[in-house]
Amino acid sequence: MIECKNITKIYKSGSVETTALKNVSFKITDGEFVAIMGPSGSGKSTLMHILGCLDTPTNGSYSLDNQDVAKMSDDELADIRKNKIGFVFQSFNLLPRATVLRNVALPLVYAGIPRAQREEKAKQVLLSAGLTKDWDHLSNQLSGGQMQRVAIARALITNPAIVLADEPTGNLDTKTGEIVLDTFQQLNTKEKRTIVLITHERYVAEHASRILHILDGEIVEDEKNIQRRILNHKS
Amino acid sequence: MKINDLFQETFSAINSNKARSGLTILGIVIGIGSVIAMISIGQGAQNSIQASIQSIGSNLVLVMPGFQSGVGTQVSSGRGSAQTLTQADADAIKTDILFAKAVAPEISRRYQVTAKSRNTNTQVVGTVAAYPEVRNVQIDTGSFISDQNVSSLSKVAVLGPTTRDDLFGSSTEAIGQTIRINKVNFKIIGITKTKGGTGFGSQDDMIFVPLSTAQRFLAGNTYVTTISVEADNQNDMATIQQQITDLLLQRHNISNVQLADFQVLNQQDIAQTASSVTNTLAILLASIAGISLIVGGIGIMNMMLTTVTERTREIGLRKAIGAKKKDISLQFLSESVMLTFLGGLFGVFLGWILAFCVTQFAGIATKVSLSSVLLAFGVSAAIGIIFGYYPARRAANLNPIEALRYE
Repeated sequence: MIECKNITKIYKSGSVETTALKNVSFKITDGEFVAIMGPSGSGKSTLMHILGCLDTPTNGSYSLDNQDVAKMSDDELADIRKNKIGFVFQSFNLLPRATVLRNVALPLVYAGIPRAQREEKAKQVLLSAGLTKDWDHLSNQLSGGQMQRVAIARALITNPAIVLADEPTGNLDTKTGEIVLDTFQQLNTKEKRTIVLITHERYVAEHASRILHILDGEIVEDEKNIQRRILNHKS
Repeated sequence: MKINDLFQETFSAINSNKARSGLTILGIVIGIGSVIAMISIGQGAQNSIQASIQSIGSNLVLVMPGFQSGVGTQVSSGRGSAQTLTQADADAIKTDILFAKAVAPEISRRYQVTAKSRNTNTQVVGTVAAYPEVRNVQIDTGSFISDQNVSSLSKVAVLGPTTRDDLFGSSTEAIGQTIRINKVNFKIIGITKTKGGTGFGSQDDMIFVPLSTAQRFLAGNTYVTTISVEADNQNDMATIQQQITDLLLQRHNISNVQLADFQVLNQQDIAQTASSVTNTLAILLASIAGISLIVGGIGIMNMMLTTVTERTREIGLRKAIGAKKKDISLQFLSESVMLTFLGGLFGVFLGWILAFCVTQFAGIATKVSLSSVLLAFGVSAAIGIIFGYYPARRAANLNPIEALRYE
């Protein structure tokens, strides 16, 4: 459960102040698939950083599972990220010289889980991310779509409250992009995972069940996506 | 993060960039190797000097005359030149000093020595039968001067091997032949074993004659130039030194120690002076080598800074998935310590080989001691921590958002 109240973020660069977010308030309940959509410069990246506990708001409160994270220290934020949040990035951010299995298990290294358990868990999430083979390949030998699914598996391994996906299809062609979006939909419908997708494309956002439109640092529209695109790939 | 996970990360990071890691390690290898080699040369020099000091005798106290300063003159002839010690002083030391195991007075001076067609100029030492024991002289062939020779003023001589070679050549039988010292004929009765040591003051270039004979026929007086006293053991040396000083002050009727006309030297003092010289040498050599170690450390830092920059996105990702500052800095610190540790390991090996080569090809004595190996390891680990700290802290303090965006 995510609850944002009057979140404001101001960046200071010398004497110049830039307001990236103005009084943003919304709620995301467990099991929702929400897209945050807006053009570049609209503040959606800033919002994602705050939702992902990579940054703290200048004003306002942000509670994640009824825990106020707005005023936490760096190390406390690291703990929250470790336990509650899974990230999926546009550029995958896999360790290039590590195997798929090691990449997926990496978050559990910081949780102090022994290796055998890590690998067992990694295999489970790889299956639910739709990757059934090539687990011992180096991650730089994979295709883009496979890489992104490895990244999704990595995001799932800590069993997070929310999965934050920042332009997950931005580096993929339409077809592999659809496979990735399909994976998200499956996770949402089958495993009831909360997914927050950040994108600037209407087409991508339409795969979510709810779309938050952001423009110039403000939420301008909260759209229930009735005509949702449902993908059902056989992968 | 667990220790074995940390090791795995470290190992794969070093392994993934073999050439760069190898070259960086090489810097440390050369640094540590040269430190080990240099210290081994210093310690080898120290050992050989100690050994040559030991070779003049063990637990030795030397009594020598002090300054010769004539009445009404400012000119001093230097230490050891005065004629203040006599045979009687030596006898008194022998009877009065309990800890003295053996006493050997001697009178030595350089003379021109002739034998048949050849001649040489060498040190002629008039001494007694106790001399070989006190001064660690061994007889190769024949015999040394006996008490009988001394009491009967025999004109016999014992030659050092170098002197024998100079006068007769190494192949000729010298024993039984006659040499002339200062126009007096002496019969050769023995040859000493070689002790090593070359050049001026060599223990092998000497002629020994009975003390009484030297005093009567060569010097013409009863003074002695040195009294060598062997102590029972090392612990008594200071006591003996003090006792001899007191005894001789009393015998020479001198009340002020400052005005003593003799000096008593302890072999340990000589050894200490010599070792302070070689210590300085060792420190000098080690500090030159230490500079290369610092250069190697800078190499480590340079590589780590490059690595941190290259892996900025990876650091960002690790932070995003929950790595704390401590985890990140430990990871990079353990990388640099691992590099220097490997460097230290190979460096010790290289130093050993260098020391061996120096001994083998340059003939300089070396000694690789355990303490220098431990020192090298300690220093290399310290270098890893010192030069790895800044890059590691830089990595730990990266902002995850900026790190993830880094191109």
